[in-house]
Amino acid sequence: MTDRRGAVAFWLAVGAAGFLVVPWYALQDSVFTLGWVPHFTAKEAAPAWLQATTHGRVWLAPLGALLAAVALLLAPGLARTLRANALIAIGAAGFAYFFAQGFAIGPTGWYLDTLGAALPPLTGGQYGMGLGAVLVVAAFAMLFAVGLAGRGFFKGDAFVAGSVVAVASLVVVFTFFPVFRILLSAVEDASGLFSLPAFHARLTTEKIWGLGCVVGQTRCGVAWNTLALALLCATGCTSLGLAFALIATRTDFRQKKLLRFLTVLPIITPPFVIGLGLILIFGRSGLINQFLEFAFGIQPGRWIYGMQGVLLAQVFAFTPIAFLVLIGVVEGVSPSMEEAAQTLRANRWRTFVDVSLPLMRPGLANAFLISFIESIADFGNPILLGGNFGVLSTEIFFSVVGAQLDQGRAATLGIVLLLFALAAFFAQRRVLGRKVYTSLAGKGDSGLPTQLPDGVRRLCYGIAIPWATLTVVIYAMAVVGGFVETWGRDYTPTLRHYVKAFAIEFTPNGVIWAGAAWNSFWTTIKLAAIASPLTAALGILSAYLLTRQKFVGQGAFEFGTMLSFAIPGTVIGVSYILAFNIPPIEITGTAIVLIVCFIFRNMPVGVRAGMAAMSQIDKSLDEASTTLGARGFTTLRRVILPLLKPALVAALIYSFVRAVTTVSAVIFLVSAEYEMATTYIINRVINGDYGVAIAYCSVLIVLMLAAIWLINYLVGERKLGRRAAGAPRLATIGRNAA
Amino acid sequence: MPAASIEFQNVRKLYGEVAAVNGVSFTIAARSLVTLLGPSGCGKTTILRMIAGLELPTSGTIRIGEADVTRIPAAERDVSMVFQSYALFPHMSVLDNVSYGLTVSGQTRAQAHEKARSALATVGLTGLDQRLPSELSGGQQQRVAVARALVLEPAVLLFDEPLSNLDARLRRQMREEIRDLQQRLGLTVVYVTHDQSEALAVSDRIIVMDKAVIAQEGAPRELYAQPKDSFVAGFMGEANRVRGTLRRNGATDGTIALGPLSIALPHRGIADGEIDVAIRPEAIDLVAAEASPLAGTVRKAAYLGNTMEYTVDTAIGPLFVIHGRVDRPLAVGASVGVALAPHGVIAIPPG
Repeated sequence: MTDRRGAVAFWLAVGAAGFLVVPWYALQDSVFTLGWVPHFTAKEAAPAWLQATTHGRVWLAPLGALLAAVALLLAPGLARTLRANALIAIGAAGFAYFFAQGFAIGPTGWYLDTLGAALPPLTGGQYGMGLGAVLVVAAFAMLFAVGLAGRGFFKGDAFVAGSVVAVASLVVVFTFFPVFRILLSAVEDASGLFSLPAFHARLTTEKIWGLGCVVGQTRCGVAWNTLALALLCATGCTSLGLAFALIATRTDFRQKKLLRFLTVLPIITPPFVIGLGLILIFGRSGLINQFLEFAFGIQPGRWIYGMQGVLLAQVFAFTPIAFLVLIGVVEGVSPSMEEAAQTLRANRWRTFVDVSLPLMRPGLANAFLISFIESIADFGNPILLGGNFGVLSTEIFFSVVGAQLDQGRAATLGIVLLLFALAAFFAQRRVLGRKVYTSLAGKGDSGLPTQLPDGVRRLCYGIAIPWATLTVVIYAMAVVGGFVETWGRDYTPTLRHYVKAFAIEFTPNGVIWAGAAWNSFWTTIKLAAIASPLTAALGILSAYLLTRQKFVGQGAFEFGTMLSFAIPGTVIGVSYILAFNIPPIEITGTAIVLIVCFIFRNMPVGVRAGMAAMSQIDKSLDEASTTLGARGFTTLRRVILPLLKPALVAALIYSFVRAVTTVSAVIFLVSAEYEMATTYIINRVINGDYGVAIAYCSVLIVLMLAAIWLINYLVGERKLGRRAAGAPRLATIGRNAA
Repeated sequence: MPAASIEFQNVRKLYGEVAAVNGVSFTIAARSLVTLLGPSGCGKTTILRMIAGLELPTSGTIRIGEADVTRIPAAERDVSMVFQSYALFPHMSVLDNVSYGLTVSGQTRAQAHEKARSALATVGLTGLDQRLPSELSGGQQQRVAVARALVLEPAVLLFDEPLSNLDARLRRQMREEIRDLQQRLGLTVVYVTHDQSEALAVSDRIIVMDKAVIAQEGAPRELYAQPKDSFVAGFMGEANRVRGTLRRNGATDGTIALGPLSIALPHRGIADGEIDVAIRPEAIDLVAAEASPLAGTVRKAAYLGNTMEYTVDTAIGPLFVIHGRVDRPLAVGASVGVALAPHGVIAIPPG
């Protein structure tokens, strides 16, 4: 029972299947179509042992030898520690050798000339890794983990050991490796050689750091643009968010439910809705300009395009997030603190200034930093409204897809953006690390929150109500805009845009999805539906490992799983292109790269939701399960997961919705075959086809609401007797979405 | 599996630099109930968790029965545990909670339910099978937790402060039931508590822990009457610590001078000279001032219903006294004579 021969045999079988049966290298078509079966001896489709014996790829042979060695360890009489040590050695060796050969040998032989000079020439090279390679490397990793468990690491639990090794390997390959690759690209010159001067020249260029605008000459560098925009945006969002939060908690404002609804909006809003709404109101043919021209004969201007437009859109988009952060903080200020101040003879104004505000300070800092991170990572609004005003995220985009096609420049800009984001990310974690909700004691607090002083209340209403009204108008525009002929010229009601995008023809030969948007629509749903459960599973699993297990390197593990959160989408996009465009991992242009991108960008939210939920589950439940004979996996499945349903729902919804609405990273990764809804929309916008774009956005909102309902329905509620079932707090998950 | 013995050989558990358990060796006989007693942070719970396999020792050897289990994970040990918080799975019914361990090890639901019902009957809990834990009282939850551990017929059953969440009245009842169950089924039980009266009441043997090592191990009576040092004396019930002078006068007998008093008692092999002496509060009698050479003044007095508690200032120091004469309480400031009963005066070996 305890000698783990079952686990060894299983993973050996997986490895053997990968080595002996399925194609080693990636195929043109999906390996699951089985089109390769008739040609399985061919150079492209052969499994590793045939590649090594008949196609001259001898460097694959050692992998087979190592797998054969594992078979010896199945001998029944073997001492436990000997078997465990051997598994660790073989697993590590196989894993290391696998990546060594992958990165050393490319399509045309040795990757590095120095290696080619020192070693014998190769007969041919190799392509990107396929299913066989994946199975074999997974087998080595898991055999290594089984060995670790056998030596008593991870409290001897092979499931925990395997999970840690698996998640860590995936994070290294899909988060650290791309970041490393982008750093590498920045220091390579045009011919791919290491060159610090090239990096220096790119990094210090006037285009990034120029300060021309200050002295009134040319434009400023994009780095300064980005920073200035982010600072203004964060200031605006925090002030507005605070005003809303104060109204919601400290006045007798009647429509508080409506305010809460505002918090869900940005989560289900496709990225261009606000920008499009603003264009419909303030744009050249927008309502305001139309009215000014009609009433006063003023020539319509393009003033919405530029920094002010981007800023406006960002503040609209991110204020709800700041509100979400602040409402928790404002509610967390214990009423008894304020009541104490009042019994000490402070009036409402003094109480507010001396007690309430200082207690909210860490929350304000957090909201500021989160809005800041959102702003610098934002891609949709700057591309839509920026005009000549460039920021880092859009410059990166144009460096890669534009006429420039300068990957080194894109990588350098990416590094600058990454540094900004990481700095804000760490600052935010420091703020959170200090006790934010200091006044939230575990003890029951009765008492009512103090009402706001009159002056403050009027100020809050004065700011918040017009703003909320404007938000409603923008969303209304964004819906109405899809039902008129041409905004600004012809307001005839029409369904033309919906027909163009989503027409369905019923013919005798069956249903034809004739609309232009169906292709991207189905792709989006398909990829989001694949990525969402994987994201949630990986996130919850990581949370389980972080909160319920103790192992060496846990801090690094947490950092790794959270890191992708801080990386702006455009940086991810560029780094994925750089990292996964060539063997050994050649997945750009496929659906896999999009799914992987969704999973690793959104996983941190699953980790957070899972960690928050698990910290509320008594740890002795796991231990009780363990002493009753359950291994890690059984405990997770039968005890933890049923109690985690609310977090699971949140993680599923969030990852689905983010996969549907994200634009910054995917815009680099889409291909003709796999076009996403957001990239389709942005192309319509660029062509000035606002009607279709708006129609599509409305359909996406409906789609996401349907998905949220479906996920809630499928996962169900948890039953805990008299205690009320916890509703998924979708809103809290959106916090910090960079 | 029949009840098994437990053996620790020089077991250490380090958390970073800090030793939670620092080189501990002991043997627990099969079918006995042994209590791990000590203040919080003394390492008693860590020892319990190492028996369960929830923590693995940094060094040393742990045996259960004949088998070396030092590196065996918890799920594979034949040990069950009743948790301080009970750790009942809140989303499972009483019956599912108790059947859990059986179904995990591959038994069918029907089989498991049958055994679970009989385990619930053993702990005196019937008719609540379909309730959720949140719908039970504290005592009922406790019984479910015990049934859940019992149903696997473990070689060793562990209790981690099982009574700390119950009110005082229920506590006595449950502790008697646990003892009764242990005797009836012939279980090996290891029981962690910081309450010495609980330990004295249920144990065959007690292991007193202090600062990550064993302070003393023995039968309850032995620990109370012959504590090895002042820590054990103080932990096993209340004790006044005073200084006295020992003179040996025979193979086992000695005389202790406490101020003007002189008391005959076993010298326990301690050398002549000034030593620490522990005096149990219930061994002190307060008499008329002229009836004892040791005079005292009552400084505090408290009425507890069945006893009086006094603090009396004397020449050998302030003494805490528990006195049975409730009907004639002494007033603060009263002058009294202090007499000592020899059975409650203990010479402490120098540490």
